[in-house]
Amino acid sequence: MFAYLANPARFMRVSGRAWRFVAASGIAALAIGLYLALAVAPPDYQQGESVRIMFVHVPSAILAEGVYYLIALASFVALVWRHPLADVAAQAAAPIGAAFTLVCLATGSLWGKPMWGAWWVWDARLTSVLVLFFLYLGYIALVNAFEDPARGARAGAVLALVGVIDLPIIKFSVNWWNTLHQPASILRMGGPTIDRSMLVPLLVMTLAFVLLFAALLLLRMRATLNERKARALRLAAPPRRADPVSTGAAPVLR
Amino acid sequence: MTRKRKRLAIAVCGLAALAAATAMVLTAFRDNLVFFYSPSELAARPAIAAGRIRIGGLVENRSLAHEDGRRVSFRVTDGATDIAVSYDGILPDLFREGQGVVAEGRIKDGVFVASSVLAKHDEKYMPPEVAAALKKSGHWQEGGDAGALAGPPPAHFR
Repeated sequence: MFAYLANPARFMRVSGRAWRFVAASGIAALAIGLYLALAVAPPDYQQGESVRIMFVHVPSAILAEGVYYLIALASFVALVWRHPLADVAAQAAAPIGAAFTLVCLATGSLWGKPMWGAWWVWDARLTSVLVLFFLYLGYIALVNAFEDPARGARAGAVLALVGVIDLPIIKFSVNWWNTLHQPASILRMGGPTIDRSMLVPLLVMTLAFVLLFAALLLLRMRATLNERKARALRLAAPPRRADPVSTGAAPVLR
Repeated sequence: MTRKRKRLAIAVCGLAALAAATAMVLTAFRDNLVFFYSPSELAARPAIAAGRIRIGGLVENRSLAHEDGRRVSFRVTDGATDIAVSYDGILPDLFREGQGVVAEGRIKDGVFVASSVLAKHDEKYMPPEVAAALKKSGHWQEGGDAGALAGPPPAHFR
């Protein structure tokens, strides 16, 4: 499928039809998920109603990590195979991933104050997620720091690959070291420790977040490709009243 | 070797070297990466008890006592060793006997004088009815493997 979509023109054709469908199903899943999470799911035996923060916090955390994996994978493909869409995908995904990470940190903080008694602690889990947030910001800054977009993309891809080492640290921080953050409840040996009445709303919310991310990613990628096309057309157009030496030699960006 | 194969080899070798370096760094700094020590670690290595530290474990059942004013005392246990804690301040919502706790402070005359107390939540999520039913049927697992897991459900459900 990726090889088929490798052609940007074909990607534009397919994504133009696909993104609306993905966005609509994402909004529908979000409506169902929010209803299940806020109205149907029971309160927790220890946390009471505060448990509902989890239904936003956990999907954000999953996406914060998942989007970074995607950026790292796309960067790897871009560095090794020079795939024309890989850089576009990585750069389009970064601000969305940064937003999910921020939501994860903010909702965790809101939950931590009433439950733990602290807005923030410097334990291994919280700190490694904060590092992930800074990795996103650093990646976005680095990509845009170069005059030549191709060089920015190359430097950003290397940073994205170096940063991928933070992801297993986030995942296993709660198992390797004593942390204040609780260990995993879903992906763990011996099955989930979340009651089904809370697990189902959580999975629906996660699906909604994934679909909304996919829709935003497609939109942002389309915007980038359209922008490039517009610039290429502008540069290729015959210059009006300008001297032919400075504008005529401008390269056509692909 | 084509240029693509060469780039692939460089990328894979680079990532492997990075992973190895990170693993070594994390192993070397292991002591600084833990958020708290258990009472057993404290007993085995008295040197770490010199300054300001955090200890963590379960609040021992029937050990919580309210003294004059806001001051409370309780014992923190990891199943093997326990230590007396004294704290003057507001306890978090989730603080209760049998529940995980992390206290920050220093040891004074064998008692851990805490300047802050944080509740540690476990990875279990369930409605109150399920917790009550589990307890009734005898399937409730107290403590657990991590040293700071849940105790029995509290008497007061919210």
